Amino acid sequence: MSLWEYANPVKFIRTTDKVLPWISVLAVASLVIGLIWGFFFTPDDFRQGSTVKIIYLHVPSALMAINAWLMMLVASLIWIVRRHHVSALAARAAAPVGAVMTVIALATGALWGQPMWGTWWAWDPRLTSFLILFLFYLGYMALWEAIENDDTAADLTSILCLVGSVFALLSRYAVNFWNQGLHQGASLSLDKEENVADVFYFPLLVCIAGFVLLFIALVFLRTQTEIRARRTRALMARERMA
Amino acid sequence: MMPDLGKYADVVLGSYAVSLTLIVLLVVVSIRRARKVRAELERVEGKGRSDG
Repeated sequence: MSLWEYANPVKFIRTTDKVLPWISVLAVASLVIGLIWGFFFTPDDFRQGSTVKIIYLHVPSALMAINAWLMMLVASLIWIVRRHHVSALAARAAAPVGAVMTVIALATGALWGQPMWGTWWAWDPRLTSFLILFLFYLGYMALWEAIENDDTAADLTSILCLVGSVFALLSRYAVNFWNQGLHQGASLSLDKEENVADVFYFPLLVCIAGFVLLFIALVFLRTQTEIRARRTRALMARERMA
Repeated sequence: MMPDLGKYADVVLGSYAVSLTLIVLLVVVSIRRARKVRAELERVEGKGRSDG
């Protein structure tokens, strides 16, 4: 069976209908377990005190904010190269989810930064590139809404997505590029010395799994919605022509 | 049961409140729109069948 079979809207809806309930249940279970574990059953950090509990929301949401855009990039490239409507609609469906993840990362970052850095906001490379990424999300969604023709909208938003990918990658690697600013390096690392302590790491992994599953469930649901909305518009246009 | 969050209680609880509210809103809006669009498509397809 080829992956491209799922470019067929009917096949996509039929398959995602089957897996959506399972992914949704797993997402809720992972989020509930991870957040309860992290909030109630982990100790305070010796430097950051109880603010370390914000990590269970901040890190997964920031990861998803960047990876949602990268998923949109892949879907946009598939649209540009192979002209599969489902991929363009999947990118459109992912944008609001990614935008909300970016807002959560920015808000929790500000709330965490105030007691730790003494400021809600700083024009630090990572924070600034994250804010620009959020503006790209808004621009991307606005562009889809502004253009009536679906194919033209998919073409233009795909190009915007390619440009915005620079900031998605920048927000991930800005700390390494400039080596300055308030934000520390990655919380998760294969290097045991740099990685967060195990007591925070395992509940964090469960929370990340929850956010990833939530993202997948929402993108499946919203892509189904976009496919149906597109078919509705096509039928209504045909009706008007008749 | 509630952990002692000390002087950082405001920011920790604020982070959870903001994040969970946004996530719940996103899920609710997505489900409501999915239902609305599905019903609209069924109405348009039904109309097409009865006209045709």
